[in-house]
Amino acid sequence: MKHEREECSTKKGERSREGKNTYEAGAWFFLGMKAGIPIGMGYFAVAFTLGIAARKAGLNVLQSGFMSAAMLASAGQFAGINALASGAGYLEMIVAEIVVNLRYLLMSSALSQKVMRDKPFFHRFLMAYGVTDEIFAVSMGVEGRLHPSYMYGAIATAMPGWVLGTLLGALLGMILPSRAMSAMSVALYGMFLAIVIPPSKKNPIIAGVVIVSMTASTIFSLAPVLSRISSGFQIILLTILVAGAAAILFPVKEEEEEKHESL
Amino acid sequence: MSLYKNSGLLVMAVTIYLVRAMPLALLRKEIRSPFIRSFLYYVPYVSLSVMTFPAILSATTSFLSGLAGFLAGVLLAWVDGNLFRVSIGACVMVFLVELIL
Repeated sequence: MKHEREECSTKKGERSREGKNTYEAGAWFFLGMKAGIPIGMGYFAVAFTLGIAARKAGLNVLQSGFMSAAMLASAGQFAGINALASGAGYLEMIVAEIVVNLRYLLMSSALSQKVMRDKPFFHRFLMAYGVTDEIFAVSMGVEGRLHPSYMYGAIATAMPGWVLGTLLGALLGMILPSRAMSAMSVALYGMFLAIVIPPSKKNPIIAGVVIVSMTASTIFSLAPVLSRISSGFQIILLTILVAGAAAILFPVKEEEEEKHESL
Repeated sequence: MSLYKNSGLLVMAVTIYLVRAMPLALLRKEIRSPFIRSFLYYVPYVSLSVMTFPAILSATTSFLSGLAGFLAGVLLAWVDGNLFRVSIGACVMVFLVELIL
């Protein structure tokens, strides 16, 4: 948005050239906003339960809202809430966030190839904020190269849903009937399932990876010594072990990767 | 205690931002190592699966409703796959099972 303001304030002499760019950026921004609306509505519902979880873990309303605005990540915040609740050290938090959000590394890598080459470099630092599963999905769905303003538009309509949902969840979660709270506590897990199950249907290796992962984490939560490892480190250990083993046993061919990235 | 939480939040927010920004900033060329590419490819499936199960079984007030929510989520994700419909469907299932229990 800073980008557009700069363009609007350019000198009259440059207006014709800059005017075209402003129009172009505005149109992309609008398209992005449209794509972001359903995402924001869905975010609202899921973030509500995240707000409840944050309050349960002892964060106040402001901290919960800040967390959602600053992190904009379901699994990452979920892991973060767990880490804070269990009194994890800072190093553990950092490693947990890196591992849980490794997929964003992959998504940002894909976006780095998709973004228009002629746009100023600073856009990449602003776009990075909005790399979520959903915003990434719509951005990669754009035909041809991606204009950064498209992502800003999607962020502009999706992010408020995430933050408002969290704030309301943190505010009202406590006065909600316990039945409703219990029911909503599975919303995030439902979202995770909706990410891992559909690809499992098409790819038996992914299905195997999902089953092995769930079995292994069940063993970790039940086995006498292993269950004493904090949940954050369980996620890290299991992710490195299972994804590492899968990468050695079933190296991915390029075409499969393409399919995955354009999900 | 509040200092711990505030600084923890800040540390995690900066970490997650760097995870997102580094590839966009640094990656002019593609990663070529087949192992790293494959590893990154499998990571989301493993980490999300590990976080979901068995944690979902103890998220609700009873083991049975958690299990029902999990099964409903898997089934809906299998036939439908829409992120938010799956999510809401799992919640509704938990609610219904807890009404009966």
